[in-house]
Amino acid sequence: MTRSFFARNPSALIFIAFLALFTLAVTLMSEGLGAGLISTSFVKTLGKTLCLCLVALAMDLIWGYAGILSLGHMAFFALGGYMIGMWLMYARTEEIVVAALSQGGLPATPEEVQQGIATQIFGVVGSSDLPAIWSFAHSLPLQLILALAVPGLLALVFGWLAFRSRVTGVYLSILTQAMTLALALYLFQNDSGLRGNNGLSGLQNLPGLGQTSQDLISIWFFWASALALALGYLTLNWVVSGKFGSVIRAIRDDEARVRFLGYPVETYKLFVFTLTALIAALAGVLYYPQAGIINPAELAPIASIYLAVWVAIGGRGRLYGAVIGAAFVSLLSSLFTSGRLPDIPLGPVSLNWVDWWLVLLGLAFVAVTLLAPKGIGGLFDRFQGVIPPDRKGAPLGPDDGSLQEQEAQQ
Amino acid sequence: MRLTALLVAALTWLAPLPALAQEAAAIVAENRDMIEKPSRQTIGPVISAIAVSGDPMADDILSAWADKRLVIRKSDDAMFLAAPEGDGFALTDLDGSTAGNAAKGDFTELKPNAGVRGLIETALVQFTLSDPDPARRTAALTSIARDPTPEALEPLRASLATEEDPALKAQKERLERFLTLRFDPDPAARVTAIESLAGDISLDTRGALNPLVATTRAAFAGDPAGNVARTLAVGRDLTEAEAYDLLVAANLAPARLTLEEQRAALAANIVDGFVGGIPVAELNMQAARDRAYTALEAAGTVPSAATDDEAKAALAAHRFFEVFVEPDATVTTAATATLASIDRKVAAMQAADLGLDALSLAAIYFLAAIGLAITFGVMGVINMAHGEFITIGAYTGFVVQLYVPDYTLSILIALPLAFAVTFAAGVAMERLVIRHLYKRPLETLLATFGISIALQQILKNVFGTQARPLTAPGWLDGALTFNDVVSISYIRIAIFVLALIFLGFFLYLMKRTRLGLEVRAVTQNPAMAASMGINPDRINMLTFGLGSGIAGIAGVAIGLYAKVTSEMGADYIVQSFMTVVVGGVGNVWGTLAGSTMIGSLQKVIEFLNPSNTLAAQTYMILFIILFIQFRPRGIIALRGRAAGD
Repeated sequence: MTRSFFARNPSALIFIAFLALFTLAVTLMSEGLGAGLISTSFVKTLGKTLCLCLVALAMDLIWGYAGILSLGHMAFFALGGYMIGMWLMYARTEEIVVAALSQGGLPATPEEVQQGIATQIFGVVGSSDLPAIWSFAHSLPLQLILALAVPGLLALVFGWLAFRSRVTGVYLSILTQAMTLALALYLFQNDSGLRGNNGLSGLQNLPGLGQTSQDLISIWFFWASALALALGYLTLNWVVSGKFGSVIRAIRDDEARVRFLGYPVETYKLFVFTLTALIAALAGVLYYPQAGIINPAELAPIASIYLAVWVAIGGRGRLYGAVIGAAFVSLLSSLFTSGRLPDIPLGPVSLNWVDWWLVLLGLAFVAVTLLAPKGIGGLFDRFQGVIPPDRKGAPLGPDDGSLQEQEAQQ
Repeated sequence: MRLTALLVAALTWLAPLPALAQEAAAIVAENRDMIEKPSRQTIGPVISAIAVSGDPMADDILSAWADKRLVIRKSDDAMFLAAPEGDGFALTDLDGSTAGNAAKGDFTELKPNAGVRGLIETALVQFTLSDPDPARRTAALTSIARDPTPEALEPLRASLATEEDPALKAQKERLERFLTLRFDPDPAARVTAIESLAGDISLDTRGALNPLVATTRAAFAGDPAGNVARTLAVGRDLTEAEAYDLLVAANLAPARLTLEEQRAALAANIVDGFVGGIPVAELNMQAARDRAYTALEAAGTVPSAATDDEAKAALAAHRFFEVFVEPDATVTTAATATLASIDRKVAAMQAADLGLDALSLAAIYFLAAIGLAITFGVMGVINMAHGEFITIGAYTGFVVQLYVPDYTLSILIALPLAFAVTFAAGVAMERLVIRHLYKRPLETLLATFGISIALQQILKNVFGTQARPLTAPGWLDGALTFNDVVSISYIRIAIFVLALIFLGFFLYLMKRTRLGLEVRAVTQNPAMAASMGINPDRINMLTFGLGSGIAGIAGVAIGLYAKVTSEMGADYIVQSFMTVVVGGVGNVWGTLAGSTMIGSLQKVIEFLNPSNTLAAQTYMILFIILFIQFRPRGIIALRGRAAGD
């Protein structure tokens, strides 16, 4: 028991080493600091992908380890993005408004600046008042706290309500989906205070860094995303490798038995739910300044389903599987939907990748669910020579939905 | 207009009334000078003399005059009614007899100005109101109703006695009351007219009464003048800024300095980096700016403006009232009381209308959810592609309409065809995918989601992203209207009936047929059912196909009133699951209760916040999340063995 953390978890060491190498390689090839082999927009894409990997890690913890299929985690991701977006947009607009007002000969009063910002930001939805939820938008520390507190509190309240009344399985999935749908519909309104379906835009312009080129900023965000992913991976690996990890895996396999053994199942679930929501929010905080724009469509139920698709394809129940799945599928997706791939002629019709990519993804997903429940991560088992004992595929627990023997690792 | 006048002229020529025929002509002859050079101030009596003469020609003379068809022969100053015919005029004498044709050049046309023409038109109203042609009478009533004037009141009353058509007579009486309550000089008559309308909920009644209780806000230094509706308290009924704006508008107080004006005035008076003795750099606070402006005021360089203290004093010195535009208090009191009684009745009617709306929405949700209630509720299989089956059903209807142009026939073909197509799709899906995942509901959910994504994109690729029409047969157009408030479209009634049919069909199938018995047996205990000779595989396949097929039929029904797009099914999927979960899984009555509750709830929330249907959906989902807290197993929860776990 005195062996070090990395000795017990060799995959973490390999992962960190690989991530470090990747970060170094991208930095050396970037336009900002390196040879300029890859474009700034691609650096941003890679940075965003790292953020998606981080939220996939969170999804893996809650689904792969705790067995709770949440179809609402992208709501926490987007909420984090909205909170940081409010500060970015406010501070950026403030710079512009102060510059514009000082043209008039008199220095601007705080009230004038406030009014100017409100008109600038909310003119597009026909309002000129700053809603109350923007009260803290002037301060980066406060808004950063909100970026974690708002999704965290939402997850805490929602999770408490749901787990308390023993909503489990598909019911919980549907309920989380309803939650993200409700949030998305709410944000779509113009009087939600977050600019309706216009969303928040211009987030790639950092306040106070007007002179710094996007080449450099993109690299900074890439580093931050890589660091967050590394820390997230280590934290989650530490969480799942201890006793806590054993308990949540036990909850996944046989919830009733764990409860009868005296563990407070609801508290464990609530902790996992809230922790993963916080990680998702953190990923959102890093993602949206790189994306530059956020709107309510980001909270649509389909976004959370893609998250589940990534984790399933990568291989749930193992952290590196989630990262591989998210990186693989989202990069492939941006490649196929970019419109740069040539059409494939098939006799009278030609196959357009932009149109047919989603069909391919959906069917691939069905195939993975049916034929390869371990996903891409299963390949590593084969590589390592891990062969599960053949017990004719019996489930590990008595519940419907408990892990089947052939998809359990080790 | 001209043609009708000619027709009337021809008619009167066929049946002349000699005793009166001379009279209109005589009046014209008496007042020749005034008619040739009419002035708006003096011509009135002449026009009314002609109008009330009782001569059948009076109508024609007046309308010809207004239409600039009253002509004077240059040779002998004789006056005729002219109608253009070819290059010249067809002439008619003032007594109605024809006078042959003549060239245009021989005549001078009388051209009364717009004011005089207006007077003539008003006088003509009484003729159109008692015109023999009912269509013209209706047209006259419509034009008066659209633009009511005090002048129309007398002719309208006069025409009431001679009206024979009962429908038109009722319409005239109604219009007479509307005019009376607005224009009658006698307040008692107005009050009677107002009170006679109590309980009449039609839109035009409310439109006629509402102007009577219109108010304006006004400020008074002492006692208020006019018909006061209520006293306004500053701070409670209106803000201080609004109250001060009223004072400014009434010239009772000087305008306040806006921040922009202050800023502009200060910026214009910067002297060597100082404004009013204060350095410019310090003017980034409002207090400093106020001081600078006061200094400038004292120096006389800027006009003085009301300060906060002055504004407060001005507000304290005045009182604010809402004053009726209508000066007569008895009229406004009667109108307020009548409107209150109408409002009560309208509220009751709106509740009834809301109930109908809620029922029809509930029927739609029920249709969308009943297929799901079978697959999810009975089999415990979650099918996220259910929404796409609805879409497939709707597109089937669209494709059928491409080939079968008759809408009634095409819908009759589309309904069973949609069932067949989605039944086949459902069976295929069950055989290929779901069969392997019966023990793993979360995986079923994900796999069917994969199918849903793929199906939706395939439909989008095939049918395009634009909305496709699914047209209802003609006999479903329009609405069943009870009154101005309560109405429901026939399509919604049809959907409601369809939902009822499905409820009956489902109950019959589950309780009265062999298949239903076997489905219930397999649901409760597959192993025991299998040992009794039931093939659970076959039953599962059929049940799943049945649920999918019903989704297809629901798709046709929903497509009839909403546009068909590849995303239409996805819009219903979350709501359908909510319906099933809220109602109680495994029970068709539960689905019915769930859809009724969700439908009514959504309509009520929409009614309370009509501008925002998005917010309605948000609040509804929140409500459902909370509802599940209190009844986790739904409204109608299964008990005992049927509940399974």
